[in-house]
Amino acid sequence: MQFWIIQGLNSLSLGGLLFLLSSGFSLIFGLMRLANLTHGAFFMLGTYLGAVALRAYSGLNIWVTAIGAGIIVAALGGLFERLVLTRLKTNPLGQVLVTLGMSFIISDACLVLWGGDSIPVPTPHNLQAPTRLFGFAFPTYRLALVGVAVSAAIVLYILIDRTRLGAMIRAGVDDRQMARAVGIPVSRLFTLVFCLGAGVAGAAGVLGGPILSAYPGLDADMLPLALIVVILGGIGSLFGAFIGSFIIGFIYTFGTMVPDLGYIILFLPMIVVIAFRPQGLFGRLSA
Amino acid sequence: MKWIASAVFAAVALWLPFFVGDFYINLASQIFIAAIFALSLNLLVGFGGMTSLGHASYLGVAAYVSALMTSRYGFGHGTAALISILGTVAMAAFFGVIALRATGLGFLMITLALSQVLWGLAYRMSDVTNGDNGITGLTRPAPFGISLDSAASFYWFALVVAIIAFVMMAIFVSSSFGSSLKGVRDQPRRMAALGFNPWMIRWITFVYAGFWGGVAGLLYVYYNKYIHPTSLSTTSSAEALLGVIAGGSGTLAGPAVGAAIVLLLKNYASAYVERWNMLLGVVFLFIVLVMPTGIVPGLQQLAARFRGRWS
Repeated sequence: MQFWIIQGLNSLSLGGLLFLLSSGFSLIFGLMRLANLTHGAFFMLGTYLGAVALRAYSGLNIWVTAIGAGIIVAALGGLFERLVLTRLKTNPLGQVLVTLGMSFIISDACLVLWGGDSIPVPTPHNLQAPTRLFGFAFPTYRLALVGVAVSAAIVLYILIDRTRLGAMIRAGVDDRQMARAVGIPVSRLFTLVFCLGAGVAGAAGVLGGPILSAYPGLDADMLPLALIVVILGGIGSLFGAFIGSFIIGFIYTFGTMVPDLGYIILFLPMIVVIAFRPQGLFGRLSA
Repeated sequence: MKWIASAVFAAVALWLPFFVGDFYINLASQIFIAAIFALSLNLLVGFGGMTSLGHASYLGVAAYVSALMTSRYGFGHGTAALISILGTVAMAAFFGVIALRATGLGFLMITLALSQVLWGLAYRMSDVTNGDNGITGLTRPAPFGISLDSAASFYWFALVVAIIAFVMMAIFVSSSFGSSLKGVRDQPRRMAALGFNPWMIRWITFVYAGFWGGVAGLLYVYYNKYIHPTSLSTTSSAEALLGVIAGGSGTLAGPAVGAAIVLLLKNYASAYVERWNMLLGVVFLFIVLVMPTGIVPGLQQLAARFRGRWS
């Protein structure tokens, strides 16, 4: 029983990480019609930044580190958006290709800077002791991670659904031209949303560190999961990303318990959803 | 003009092994393999308007199936080749059904996700694929009893296959089916209104491209006598896509030129710097930002501009 509960919690915490990753991807896609293939690299960059910072300064708080790394990655993302992506406004395929190129550059730069060995990230001291609930022991860090992901989901929901900024973003997602016509600065929104998505991915990378540790190829592991989440949940839908993340979190965690063939199970949700509902579970947009 | 160029190319290509050393012969063989692969991807990207980021799936799966069947299960090369091609085509048929539910960026994301899952499988199913160590100690086939172990004999083999592939794909795109494919790329609704079935046209092209991707995979594994999960990676798909775009997508010979450029760049750059992935990324940025229509058309435009200035 203990085993299944732990696996369940592992699924939830992976789902939480995936939500942080894929919500940004989904928002960027929804608003900018841009499949940002750098997203996995942003996540990995966050993990490496966090790993280096947390190992160098043992007293550093992981949440503060996550915010710091998030800001750095967001700034990098903003630069990339302003300097490169805006030049390719009329060329969606070119945009995808440069994000792919950028992901190669970032992941190779990480390899140069931090070497090919995986760098484990220490779990914060105050979260190392297991939490006892209903007679079961839970890893406290993973519980906290789920809490953070759910709070992030709530904050993002409020931001998108309840604020003026969110209303502008939604208007941009639904009809970019019309939004422009009524005076919404769509181009500035693009930069903002891109920074937000990149920053959240970078922060998620730091938070994922203690679970996944930093290693070359982390980006290539995470990006397809984010893609599958977004395909599953529906492109541009925050709620879809939320549900999709937890579904994939469970499928991945329980699937990979079976060595060898477990990974192939990732095909299933994608195939089923695409076959019966190509726009995804909660998607309104067709890609 | 075109015929003269082809004849010159054929003459040079045929006699090449008599003039240059093994290193260059091998390089040329690799170029043929990369060219077949890029040409097959170009059917999707250039002529079908379907940008796939998962084309390495077909190369990798065909190579893995052949490698496993010959090295582990003791099949002959003929049977292994047949089954790996059939398997690749079947996989392309299945992936096509999934990926073609979407178009544009959705198609790209699905193809990428599918191929990334295969890449993950190749890494993780280490009982079967030997994981990160790859499968070593493979052999080359000996069609009609001719050994392909020397650089020159493999070169001629690859040359023949490449020419067949090029001609077959050229026929494919210049046939009436090819015209309908270009029609579907440019005006899917009008084509549908004219009674064509855009989905079926795309799907057939997808499967056909998968077939030639599989052929490239077979040559790839024969050439290297080794297979590793990186052959299924996004980098592998991206190199081919870069070749297509650099050479000029939607042109017949452009992708072959582009693939040759990417391969030469990879070979020469890796002699000086270890950072191939970073260079690949930089080249992507450069090509997309500076020569979005590809090197061949880009140079033509540049040449036209110069001519305009001086005449």
